[in-house]
Amino acid sequence: MYPHTHHEPNQPILDVSHLTVRYNGQTGLEDVTFHLHAGERVAVVGPNGAGKSTLFKAVAGVLTPTSGEVKIFGSRPGGHVCIAYIPQRSQVDWNFPVTVADVVMMGRSAKLGPFNWPHKRDWELVRHALETVDLANLAQRQIGQLSGGQQQRMFIARALAQEAELMLMDEPLTGLDTPSQEGILNLLDRLKKANVTVMVATHDLDQAESHFDRIMLLNRRLVAFGQPGEVLHAENLLKAYGRKLRSTSDGNIIAVDDCCNDENAN
Amino acid sequence: MQRGMIAAILVGSVCAVVGAFVVLRGMAFFGDALAHTILPGIALGYLISGGSRDVLFWWALGTAILAALGIGAISRNAEIKEDTSIGVIFAGMFALGIALISTVKSYAVDLTHFLFGDVLSVSSHSLWLILIFGGIVLLAVFAFYKEFMTLSFDPILAATLRLPVGLLNNLLLALIAVTVAVSLQTVGVALMVAMLVTPAATAYLLTNRLSTMMILGAILASLSGVIGLYLSFYLSIASGAAIVLTATVFFMLAFGWKKTRSA
Repeated sequence: MYPHTHHEPNQPILDVSHLTVRYNGQTGLEDVTFHLHAGERVAVVGPNGAGKSTLFKAVAGVLTPTSGEVKIFGSRPGGHVCIAYIPQRSQVDWNFPVTVADVVMMGRSAKLGPFNWPHKRDWELVRHALETVDLANLAQRQIGQLSGGQQQRMFIARALAQEAELMLMDEPLTGLDTPSQEGILNLLDRLKKANVTVMVATHDLDQAESHFDRIMLLNRRLVAFGQPGEVLHAENLLKAYGRKLRSTSDGNIIAVDDCCNDENAN
Repeated sequence: MQRGMIAAILVGSVCAVVGAFVVLRGMAFFGDALAHTILPGIALGYLISGGSRDVLFWWALGTAILAALGIGAISRNAEIKEDTSIGVIFAGMFALGIALISTVKSYAVDLTHFLFGDVLSVSSHSLWLILIFGGIVLLAVFAFYKEFMTLSFDPILAATLRLPVGLLNNLLLALIAVTVAVSLQTVGVALMVAMLVTPAATAYLLTNRLSTMMILGAILASLSGVIGLYLSFYLSIASGAAIVLTATVFFMLAFGWKKTRSA
């Protein structure tokens, strides 16, 4: 079997203390401290290069912190298989010759262990995961044939098949049309019932406010972390976004970010 | 001819299966470089053994594994861009190989043999080696199929599932190295990359699943081997070149078919 770390009871699912990550001489994250409760849904907002992906990769144990610590149920993330990192869709090779079911089955690789092929139970878990995200009828499609929203739901199914308790989703809503975004957000609501903890990087402050329990405002440092009402006020937003904020004619404030405009153009 | 036929089919199948990962991970240049880098090893074995070809497999195997892990280490070193450093090492080693072989008087014939292969002269001893080591490669791919697939599709997923990513990467490099050593006599150093890439790429165009891609690639490569050998016999052209050209025609056909279908 591949190494699995057991969970210490009475420990928070995620405990980050004084996390600093530097690479190539640049600071990705500086002295970030927070902890999450099981079943929470957290929106991580911040401008481009604020360290959202870096934070997720450090939490997943893929990136080693320069200093500080990440703890999952009381121990380092390196041995835990309960963390799912869901990549940005632009980072994925959609021409890879795999079906939707194949990708979801990849989530079982660790639990299966070396030299084992999927058992009946694994295929049942995969089918169940695909039913949860309403993709059961597309299980045998090649992944490139899915729409953006379906691709995102496939990765959520993969995280479910992995039996993940902490899902880190890197801009799952970027570039999706409104119905697809609603589909993903509804799915996140359903995950809450399964006590899955979710961190979602997003650029949409309105959605962050309406669909998440807490909002984390990040700009290399942790600017603010709390309930939407406490976090989303002008002073914090200015600290996080600086000049990238613009007020619209109807009195709303939007974060202007170059990356998202590019992504939407695709 | 019969032995040559069996060798071509075995080598083609192993190359296509391993080649699936070479194509999907964009390692064609690595494969080409690796094949060329083993030339000094073969040359050394050739000089030491006094021209016997049966021991050359072991020299090729040793050099290939060393070179694969060496190139792997270089590509993790970020000082110079990966393809540049591979290019420098690969051309340098290739030159060293040619220099070593050229110290022998009758070197032109043997150099041609190493560069382009000669599947028709394969001995039954070599055929056994191809069978055994080709079999080991196929078994390893079968045993680690889901790990290699996960790692190739999404390295971050492989890391969060705590798969031994570094070990698996090195294992894959070693498997490509063994494949190169096994294929040496069939297509030679210079055409090796075609066997690794072309049938797998043809299969990639025609299917949507990795397992099917491997099986279809193996079938296409075997067909290329058989048809290529017949062509080389009746048209009296070099066997390695005939095999590669046949595989290339298959690729063109698949490419054209795909284009007309999507248009």
